[in-house]
Amino acid sequence: MMDAIKRYFRSPAAIAGLFLLLVVIAMAVSAGFLYPRDPLALAGRPLIWPFSNPRFLLGTDNSGRDIAAQIFYGARISLLIGGVATAIAILIGILVGAFAGYYGGWVDNVLMRITEAFQTLPNFVLLLVLVAVFGSTLTTVTIAVGVVSWPAPARLTRAEFLSLRNREFVQAGRTLGMKDIQLILGEILPNALPPVIVYASVVMAVAILLESALAFLRLSDPNVASWGNLIGLGRDVLRVQWYVSAIPGIAILVTVLAVSLVGQGLNDALNPRLKSR
Amino acid sequence: MSDSILSLEHLGVRLPKGADRPHALSDVSLAIKPDEILCVVGESGSGKSMMANAIMRLLPNDVMIDGGRVMFEGKDLASATVAEMRQVRGAGIAMIFQEPMTALNPLRTIGDQIAEMFSIHTDLSKAEIAERVLALLADVRIPDPAVAAKAYPHELSGGQRQRAMIAMALALDPKLLIADEPTTALDVTTQAQILKLIRDLQQRRKAAVLFITHDFGVVAEIADRVVVMQHGVIVEQGAATAVLIDPQHAYTKQLIAAVPPLKAPPPRALSGENILTISGVSKTYRTGGFLGRGARVTPAVKDVTLTLPKGATLGIVGESGSGKSTLARCLVRLIDPDSGSIVLEGKDWAKLSREEVRRETRHIQMVFQDPFASLNPRRKAAELVAQGPIVHGTPRAEALADARELFTLVGLDPSAGDRFPHEFSGGQRQRIGLARALALKPDVLVADEPVSALDVSVQAQVLKLLAELRQRLGLSIVFITHDLRVAAQICDLVAVMKDGAVVEQGLAGEVFGNPQHPYTQALLASIPGGDFTRKRDAAVLG
Repeated sequence: MMDAIKRYFRSPAAIAGLFLLLVVIAMAVSAGFLYPRDPLALAGRPLIWPFSNPRFLLGTDNSGRDIAAQIFYGARISLLIGGVATAIAILIGILVGAFAGYYGGWVDNVLMRITEAFQTLPNFVLLLVLVAVFGSTLTTVTIAVGVVSWPAPARLTRAEFLSLRNREFVQAGRTLGMKDIQLILGEILPNALPPVIVYASVVMAVAILLESALAFLRLSDPNVASWGNLIGLGRDVLRVQWYVSAIPGIAILVTVLAVSLVGQGLNDALNPRLKSR
Repeated sequence: MSDSILSLEHLGVRLPKGADRPHALSDVSLAIKPDEILCVVGESGSGKSMMANAIMRLLPNDVMIDGGRVMFEGKDLASATVAEMRQVRGAGIAMIFQEPMTALNPLRTIGDQIAEMFSIHTDLSKAEIAERVLALLADVRIPDPAVAAKAYPHELSGGQRQRAMIAMALALDPKLLIADEPTTALDVTTQAQILKLIRDLQQRRKAAVLFITHDFGVVAEIADRVVVMQHGVIVEQGAATAVLIDPQHAYTKQLIAAVPPLKAPPPRALSGENILTISGVSKTYRTGGFLGRGARVTPAVKDVTLTLPKGATLGIVGESGSGKSTLARCLVRLIDPDSGSIVLEGKDWAKLSREEVRRETRHIQMVFQDPFASLNPRRKAAELVAQGPIVHGTPRAEALADARELFTLVGLDPSAGDRFPHEFSGGQRQRIGLARALALKPDVLVADEPVSALDVSVQAQVLKLLAELRQRLGLSIVFITHDLRVAAQICDLVAVMKDGAVVEQGLAGEVFGNPQHPYTQALLASIPGGDFTRKRDAAVLG
């Protein structure tokens, strides 16, 4: 474990990613303290350019709401959706993948056909359907993003289980009289986890983007200050007051970049042999 | 040294920081004459493979030559450019590897891959190349060269693949052939054929061979001269006969002494009572095929009947594919046999349900082959050993305390329980595996090639431990091995398997001393260095 941490901090890109991620987290934490007012409340004249008024450092949007406040509060929403949706996707993925990979045969066939059914549908279309049916509150959006993202982690977990289930240490566990569930959770899963954890960073980046895309179409929860909502709003004034969309766009870019760099860093730290190739 | 084809002069190879020692090789000097076979012997980690890679300049990126010269035909390869090395590799010095399956490209035919050697290094026409390829394949005695040239690597047997590799290495008439453990992955009978082939080709083609091996039996079979390495340093070199008969360095003596004698020790008195009775056990694998059409049927174990007396050791020997491992796995029910019965303590083990097997499994336990793969890398040693009893209901604290006692029993430091498997050496890990199997206090221990992944000197220690434990705990052991020497050392009874069936069985002394079946005779005759050990054993007795 200490080795992995040491290897992580050997890569400048990974350190930069971690730094950016910490900045985003700091924004989310400090939002209530720096901007005690409701970020969606009217704050001043609409469409003030950034850096022209010291009260509104990043300017205001078309309804006169403070963009900086929305960016800070938006960090909360993005991290929340990214984190919770990823947890849901990884959890479903591990369960499906573990059972399919461990038992093989018809269990594998049934679970993999279901996974493929999910994979052949474009994520975003499925997400639109789910939001159209269940409405677009923050909770449903988060769960919907999680539910459309599980197939890839499931396939990854299955592949790991397939290669690990016939290893001698698993057979040894079986000769000791362990039950299947003990073998799956205690013996195989800990060894199958590192690549899945690394993949979680990809799922998180995609989850953040999916929510933004949904908000851009004005299908996300309009009652929260999210980066996607702000981009969606800015669409109407895109040609002249482009900053309304560009500022949250940069925030999304930085966050997704941070998450990907951290993921890459984790990959190199957890699979040191792959890196030196 | 002017008459030598290749000479290493004070060669040093530096390892990256954090390795177990600063230098893979230090101050290595040796010379190979144009028409001799030089064997480099050493245990794993002695730097022998690193030496081959240093000569070919195929070292990993963070490993560097940091001193000395590699003189080949008047050129120093240690300072040659990349382009110069390309000229030397293949044409000047060729190499054969341990595992031909991974050294060959699985997507191209054998003939194609050999032809590539000519198309890169010469400007022969296609027809000429095809002709040469066939001649080469005939030269390495592949049956039906025309068919072999069109075959893909997976369509050939291990021995044929190694012959194809040798053909490829010889394509451009290299002055020197480096063979890195070329027979280690092969069965004994195939190994004997390949060794004969290498010897034969070396004499016909007048090439020098640098032969790397860990096995003194192979050395006795093939070497003109021997270099013994330990921890990256040459400890002894000289003519093969001199080194084998009269080793000077303590390490060489130890290595030669560790080559087990071929003779079984005098038989022990065996109990009249059988603890395990195997009768008519069969297992057939069926693969592929739709609704029964085109399915491939492989009988892995055919109607095997054996008995294990209480407190005895039954050796099951055979080459790869003989079904010995499948049989072992049937015994512990990792595989369900198709038919037959396995009676242990009055219960037919072959017919128990999964749930019953789980409960009864403490009576029969298994030790696995690969000490690196058989221990979960994410559990501490003490936990690994305590797992079994915990599963069967022993409280955790008590199981962990027992595990520490078992550590002492198998010759490990009880305080080592807090370490992870990767912090142990191969021999130590195998002791952990043994402790894990013993934790459930089994009556029968099934050991599947427990020493074949270990160095000879470690092998001897683990076998000794196994014999001691058998005595102390009254264990009965089923010992699976491909190595007849190992079987001769530890087994009371021996069964020889071929193609899934037992062809001969009996007391170890009788089977090895007076083999009846032609296959057993062939196996015994193929053991590398057989003559040498027989002479040595005779000398010791006389």
